[in-house]
Amino acid sequence: MTREKIRSIIVEVISQILPDEDLSNLRGDIRIRDQIELDSMDFLDIIMELRKRYGVEVPEDDYIQLASLDGAVAYLEPRMAHL
Amino acid sequence: MTTRGGHDISSSTRKEADSIEKSNNQRVVITGIGLTAPNGNNLAEFRHNLLAGKASIEKIQTHYMGEVLAGVCHFDPLKYQKKKELRRGTRAGSIAIYCANEALVHSGLALTSLDRSRIGVYLGITEHGNVETENEVFGLKQYDYDVKYWSHHHNPRTVANNPAGEVTLNMGITGPHYTLGAACAAGNIGLIHSLQMLQLGEIDLALGGGVSESIHTFGVFASFKNEGALASHAEPNRACRPFDRDRNGIVVSEGGCVCTLERLSDAIRRSATIHGEIVGYAVNSDAFDFILPLAQRQAECMRLAMKKAGLSPNDIDIISSHATGTQQGDLQECLALAEVFKDAAHTHTNNTKSYIGHTMGAAGALELAGNLPSFSDHTVHPTINIDNLDPRCNVPNLVIGKPAKVDRIDHIMNNSFGMLGINSVVIVKRYDGR
Repeated sequence: MTREKIRSIIVEVISQILPDEDLSNLRGDIRIRDQIELDSMDFLDIIMELRKRYGVEVPEDDYIQLASLDGAVAYLEPRMAHL
Repeated sequence: MTTRGGHDISSSTRKEADSIEKSNNQRVVITGIGLTAPNGNNLAEFRHNLLAGKASIEKIQTHYMGEVLAGVCHFDPLKYQKKKELRRGTRAGSIAIYCANEALVHSGLALTSLDRSRIGVYLGITEHGNVETENEVFGLKQYDYDVKYWSHHHNPRTVANNPAGEVTLNMGITGPHYTLGAACAAGNIGLIHSLQMLQLGEIDLALGGGVSESIHTFGVFASFKNEGALASHAEPNRACRPFDRDRNGIVVSEGGCVCTLERLSDAIRRSATIHGEIVGYAVNSDAFDFILPLAQRQAECMRLAMKKAGLSPNDIDIISSHATGTQQGDLQECLALAEVFKDAAHTHTNNTKSYIGHTMGAAGALELAGNLPSFSDHTVHPTINIDNLDPRCNVPNLVIGKPAKVDRIDHIMNNSFGMLGINSVVIVKRYDGR
């Protein structure tokens, strides 16, 4: 799976979890929480969706690496490359 | 001291005014009604369909059982909720939010003008959490029951206060909120508790009533079916038939009704429209059986409510019956009614479940609400779906098929009974300005 594909998947997952948010201007280099209303339960929804859809496990200690879109893509790329 | 007109006011007149004010502080009135029923999403629509004899029961698919009959509400949840709230919350929460917001709008009050720390949210529920748990387990099956796929939302969705709590989150209410678990008597008990909290001075405004989401769990259908108490009929709208000889059980429905309740003194001060005053109530227990009802205790409950209101059976103009369409349940209530109201020549009886099925935790409040407009339209809505009246259910003045016009309606008695032998009765009086 390419970086671009992973990025679009993450945005699509967020759009399902936060259907009221406009994600068209979501920047990759800024914390997601600083751009949209995403709380800790929403974040856990993202983790759960990655687990359910792609079998990707994100340990709690690594959550910080998914704080921004760019960070999430970098973290997930090696874990989703084979998909 | 002088009056507004500049005249001296006597001590006795002042005492009288103080006494009335004090009395009005203890009198509780309904000033707004928000509801969703299978056949209506506001009081006017609901009432119109009750008078028109319009039922609304449909076939739905449920886990493990396939097709069942149910009453489904079709309100717009996005009227008061964001999509995210809707996704995160429960159906009962969504119903409660819709009804609570509608109740406030109907009362003419705006949240911005209220002290939100002085509003209480008290909602009756038959049960809560079954829907969310069952659906979670159902979803977990595809992951071979590996609990790491269990939702982190399960806790907040299933705590017993969920529907009332969702209302406070949605409306920014910081006063007390909780639900009252009281089986199918719960809707009445939400109203009774609201009244009590207002009388105690714990709050200044209550959003009270009941809600139910039970149709979204297979368990309620399966259990009623295995008790031999789930209604079946080729025509869904004819399935719920209280008092009919051929009645064969309950139609399970979802629904909600939340009332705005205030002290009479506050309602008068703001010139609110008063839909009725709760003048009597009672709650008691059969101490008899897990599911079977008991006429004797139901009769006692009705008498207790009338005693509290200072009324006799002859004063009751409408009995909004609880009857669900089961053989035993309807019979027991009819035995109780026949005994208590044997000398009440003009008292009419009707039933709402024949239209919308059993809305469980919402039933008490919803069925009362549908009758409140009778204070002004002088009409008793009928019970429908009676083709052959069970002679054992031939209570006096049972209104069948067509609305009954009457000269005057002053008091409505609303019956609501539930499993484990809980009985509740609420009596509402027409407010005539005194």
